[in-house]
Amino acid sequence: MKIRLKFSKDGVMKYIGHLDVMRYFQKLIRRADIPIAYSTGMSPHQIMSFAMPLGIGLESDAEYVDIEITEPISSKVAINRLNDESVEGIRVKSFKLLPDNARNAMASIFAAEYEVGFLEGYEPDFSCFDILNEMYNEPCINVLKKTKKSESVVDIKPGIFSFSDSGKGIRMCLSCGSVLNVKPESVITSIYEHMGQKADELTLAIRRKEIYTGSQNELISLDMIGTDIE
Amino acid sequence: MKKTALSEEILLTVEKPARYIGNEVNSIVKDKDKVDVRFAMCFPDVYEIGMSHLGIQILYSMLNTFEDVWCERVYSPWIDLNKVMKDLNIPLFALESQDPVKDFDFLGITLQYEMCYTNVLQVLDLSHIPLYSSDRDWSHPIVIGGGPCTYNPEPLADFFDLFYIGEGETNYRKLIDLYKTCKSNGSTRNEFLRCAAGIEGIYVPSMYTVSYNTDGTISSFEPIYDDIPRVIHKAIVMDLSDTFYPTKPIVPFIKVTQDRVVLEIQRGCIRGCRFCQAGMLYRPVRERNVDLLKSYAADMLKCTGHEEISLSSLSSSDYSSLKELVDFLVEYTGSRRLNISLPSLRIDAFSLDVMSRIQDIKKSSLTFAPEAGSQRLRDVINKGLTKEIILDGASQAFLGGWTRVKLYFMLGLPTETEDDLRGIAELSNDIARLYYELIPKSERHGRVQIVASSSFFVPKPFTPFQWAAMDSRDSFLKKAHFVNDCMHEQLNSKSIKYNYHEADVSVLEGVFARGDRRLSKVLKTAYEKGCLFDAWTETFNEQPWLDSFNECDVSIDFYTTRERSLDEILPWDMIDTGVSREFLKREWENALNGRITPNCRAACSGCGASVFGGGVCYENKA
Repeated sequence: MKIRLKFSKDGVMKYIGHLDVMRYFQKLIRRADIPIAYSTGMSPHQIMSFAMPLGIGLESDAEYVDIEITEPISSKVAINRLNDESVEGIRVKSFKLLPDNARNAMASIFAAEYEVGFLEGYEPDFSCFDILNEMYNEPCINVLKKTKKSESVVDIKPGIFSFSDSGKGIRMCLSCGSVLNVKPESVITSIYEHMGQKADELTLAIRRKEIYTGSQNELISLDMIGTDIE
Repeated sequence: MKKTALSEEILLTVEKPARYIGNEVNSIVKDKDKVDVRFAMCFPDVYEIGMSHLGIQILYSMLNTFEDVWCERVYSPWIDLNKVMKDLNIPLFALESQDPVKDFDFLGITLQYEMCYTNVLQVLDLSHIPLYSSDRDWSHPIVIGGGPCTYNPEPLADFFDLFYIGEGETNYRKLIDLYKTCKSNGSTRNEFLRCAAGIEGIYVPSMYTVSYNTDGTISSFEPIYDDIPRVIHKAIVMDLSDTFYPTKPIVPFIKVTQDRVVLEIQRGCIRGCRFCQAGMLYRPVRERNVDLLKSYAADMLKCTGHEEISLSSLSSSDYSSLKELVDFLVEYTGSRRLNISLPSLRIDAFSLDVMSRIQDIKKSSLTFAPEAGSQRLRDVINKGLTKEIILDGASQAFLGGWTRVKLYFMLGLPTETEDDLRGIAELSNDIARLYYELIPKSERHGRVQIVASSSFFVPKPFTPFQWAAMDSRDSFLKKAHFVNDCMHEQLNSKSIKYNYHEADVSVLEGVFARGDRRLSKVLKTAYEKGCLFDAWTETFNEQPWLDSFNECDVSIDFYTTRERSLDEILPWDMIDTGVSREFLKREWENALNGRITPNCRAACSGCGASVFGGGVCYENKA
């Protein structure tokens, strides 16, 4: 049985990197006694896959991990057990049974929504929303993408699906997945560049709000798929 | 929401910020307004090393069972954060509350190896606590040292207010009660220290004066008051089943060295290897009850979620219920898809059977620690392992499918000759040859892999070798090169890999292991020159150390290559471990004559540890 877990990552937990979050969940699932399935072979491991790594320093309301279990367990009981065994900063929010034909979380992601604010004392002297609005009227928004081997210019405009003013900063829905992956830091950097300033990524307070599957016309959050187990 | 002592900008720029945030599963957070005593327990090395230490977990959990005490953890900030904290003058903090250590009542520092001593100074310095005990007042924490290095605490004497000699489970309650009394009744800090000296196992270095002969040896070691004890008896737990066990160990977020449940099955060792300090310090052997161990194991696996459990002791094969315990663990972990990692067990039919059940033979290796290359020298060090035993174990293992063997040796043992060194290469070769004789060509998958490693012997206090001369750095290296050459002469040299440790670190370890109070200024000088994390190859730097010895006019050779006379006053003579000086002398003579001493279960050799009234000394005397 395939299960999709949604959890939030807050506070000091933002300093725990993706690999350590994976290790954390392996141990959490054992402590909570969730009947997880194991792979076969010489060194069996828990069947578990995360939707999308979250960088160190980012918080999130919507992280997803798919697991497989060997016997049914009520969603409510599972959530309670997991949260009883978890630390402050990691809260399991849903535990849903996926239809047999559901694609795994990682393969199905299409977009992610972020809220970007600024650490106290590092607020910009302009409105990111206004500037992005202005930039969006241009035919393209080019950013320099650096890899270990090369540098290339990428137009991220088609990957910015929507954005709004959140009061303290900006909220944006960005393309992710294998085709065009836009990071919130890149958008902010290009806004600053547009203003002739340099953004310091360390001073951004970024929070992932949701991860979506579906299409640009019909965004479906990953926890809309699947049903609670009674 | 939990606060952090370090700002977000700092945490996001240092390596592994998870080292500094606390919040781990099973870490203990109390209301600081509801406790009387704040205790910061420190392992002066990086988080991943410190978190792997069982002793701290035991004391942390125990102290936190006291309602009036909140014990938190402190580790050495790695060099990247060290620099930031010094530059920005940020005080060192404890992980749980993120509060500055300088505001605590106690700072306990465990001393597990000599090469962490500059890190001790770092912890004091970053905490903004005066380095010297004499410069502290009631506004500073009481700085207390524990762990194996406190059996010769003298090189650190000036930096600590107290040392706790022995096992921590016994007298912390008394010490904390005394502290509370002294703080509330208007006693001075010095009066508290003087009273603390009356608690068993507590050594207060400032209450003693040392004078020296013209040749540099100690002429007298005297208490400064009549009520200060001349001898400090180690504190020891005699009933290990009735004592405290940390069944809810902390689970780190990042991968640490010991990323598993650790089950301490016994303390002490019956073997009596003459080079081994732990084997002498922790006498007599005391076992934990096997039924309790089974329930601890299950509890700890459950409440940590770890996927592996390992056994801890000096010589697990000597634990009398080992088979029962291991059978239980194999069954328990097997059905839950967990793993067991076994410590180096004696290689025999039983251990090979267990290993073949729990691990992939192709990937695992066998470990032997002959320590010396010839039978003569193994008799000198009382390592009761013969070539026959090794070859017999190896042949069973080869027939069982193993193809990898690790061998551990020491160079620079007392009475060592070139023949003994050549023996290391010959023994390695004999094991390789055995493989090719036993396993027909058609059944081999490539070569057998023999990895021989050697460390340099460092004489330690409270061992029969405490009087022995240690080799110089040059002599160590010459020996290592000689062994390396001998390895190349072997017929099967292509199947053997030989590694040896760094000699410069071993020399320093030798200085501090048997050092005295005069070394504190060398230590402070070296720290001021930037020496830190000396146990790490990547950060160890020998030159500033050599400069520090020069500047302080302290001779390295005085502490290392000099053989002590049997009547010399040794810096650690005020400590009584239960093992008598007469026994150690007898063993030193036995060593020089190549006479072996039977293990504690085979026959009692009258070491003195029976004074504690329990353990192996009384096993069959009910």
